[in-house]
Amino acid sequence: MSQSHLSTQRTNLHKPEIKSVVSPKKKLRNILIVLIILSLYTFSSIQTSSFLTQFNAEFFQNVGRMIGKMWPPRIGFASAVWPKLAETIHMAVIGTTIACIFCLPLSVLAANNINQNKYLYSTTKFLLNVLRTIPELLLAVIFVSLVGIGVFPGILALTFFSLGILAKLLSETIESIDMSQVEAMRASGGNTIQVIRFAVLPQILPQFTSFSLYVFEINIRASVVLGFVGAGGIGLLLNQQIAFFNYKNAMALTLIIYVVVVSIDYISNKIREALL
Amino acid sequence: MIEFKDVSLVYQNGTEALKNINLSISQGEFIVIVGLSGAGKSTLIRSINRLVTPTSGQLLVDDDNILSYNTKQLRKLRTKAGMIFQHHNLVKRSTVMKNVISGRLGYTSTLKSIFNLYPKEDLQLAYESLKRVNIEDKVYTRSDQLSGGQQQRVSIARVLTQQPNIILADEPVASLDPPTSHQVMTYLKEVNREDKITTIVNLHFIDMAMEYADRIIGMRDGEIVFDGPVSEVNEGTFEDIYGRKIREDDLRGGSEANEPVSSFNTEDEFAQTRN
Repeated sequence: MSQSHLSTQRTNLHKPEIKSVVSPKKKLRNILIVLIILSLYTFSSIQTSSFLTQFNAEFFQNVGRMIGKMWPPRIGFASAVWPKLAETIHMAVIGTTIACIFCLPLSVLAANNINQNKYLYSTTKFLLNVLRTIPELLLAVIFVSLVGIGVFPGILALTFFSLGILAKLLSETIESIDMSQVEAMRASGGNTIQVIRFAVLPQILPQFTSFSLYVFEINIRASVVLGFVGAGGIGLLLNQQIAFFNYKNAMALTLIIYVVVVSIDYISNKIREALL
Repeated sequence: MIEFKDVSLVYQNGTEALKNINLSISQGEFIVIVGLSGAGKSTLIRSINRLVTPTSGQLLVDDDNILSYNTKQLRKLRTKAGMIFQHHNLVKRSTVMKNVISGRLGYTSTLKSIFNLYPKEDLQLAYESLKRVNIEDKVYTRSDQLSGGQQQRVSIARVLTQQPNIILADEPVASLDPPTSHQVMTYLKEVNREDKITTIVNLHFIDMAMEYADRIIGMRDGEIVFDGPVSEVNEGTFEDIYGRKIREDDLRGGSEANEPVSSFNTEDEFAQTRN
């Protein structure tokens, strides 16, 4: 320790002094960036009058009271949860499946190496972009107002929501495939659909499966919330329990959702790892 | 019968790949096109199945100008003109059988092919094609598990399954080692003789061109600078075509490997150890 200290001192005698690991110019820039972020943060805090000081004693008292009301979760409520949970999973399964089927033609149309028609390509791409900017909750609200309260609008919302994600991911995968295989299929007399079936599809199949499972995970989580706007599933139940101040029921419900979502995520992750 | 009449091709970036090509090829010929890379060999071959489209002139295949073909006619043309690529272009994640049967795509209706419903005769034909290149034992192997030479043999089988009148081979041996190269060329020559399929091969190896071709066409800068039977060709001819002295890397070598096909076991063994 002392030896290394000595040797640094010795070199300092002979060489120009280096004060820091970054140049002064960079240091100034970094300080500026931090200052800008801090002032933006402060400005927003003042505008909304939301400050970190709100995490005070009262806040923690509230948290304590809340936990007191929620604990212990009423496990007996689970029997009422299962049917709604099953409904949520069914909604995700249906939504994902339909989206998977329809995303195939859409993603081919949105891939510029397969779809040579510029107008069709940009139209599809534009529509998909529009679709993706709509949050699933808004989609659910729209469909509930169109077809009424129930499971069906929820399924529609999930379908359109996952269609946007899937088609985007898949079209990018298609754009990166090996085109020489496509050329060979074309050269042996295949028409466009045959070329897609025999040269494009085999190349994207692992990614397609992986993306589908990923979207299924997202859909499970999304379908939990959909019930809040009346689009079916377990969210409806959760909303009711909170509205009637049955916090012990709500806690049981939340725990069950947590376990189910985490296990589905885990299984689907393992399958995806095995695929890629 | 293939006839080029004043065929030119200018790519969109302005490159003149073909300049006033006049050429006539009769049924059953084995032609090797030689030239440096960028001489227009690939473009010439790809014009014949319209993977590229010449910008002027007439290209007649069996007295029909293929430059005016619509999509449907093109499909028919490509069914009858099989193509072999340098990197064999197999669908790597599909089995050997699936690759070979895709040679029937042009004959099969879209709906049937999508669900893999091929007639029994087609499946039999695909298997016979694999047998001809001695790779029938790999029929259900995924094609990315084969060695380079084996993949190229599968791509020959794919072309055979098309039952073509013409085989176009674009640098089929450029990424193979010398013994495997000779093996692939031997198969092509065999098919050419037995089935009377017009075969046009792009090569840049002089010794291989001399060994397998009936007729050699030399290209430089998009023009045909030599066209004649192999008997008229000597080293001077190649120096004219290439516009420079012949170098070591213009030769593939290894022609002692040109033995009966059954003796090529080393490469299969190599692939087996890899699997």
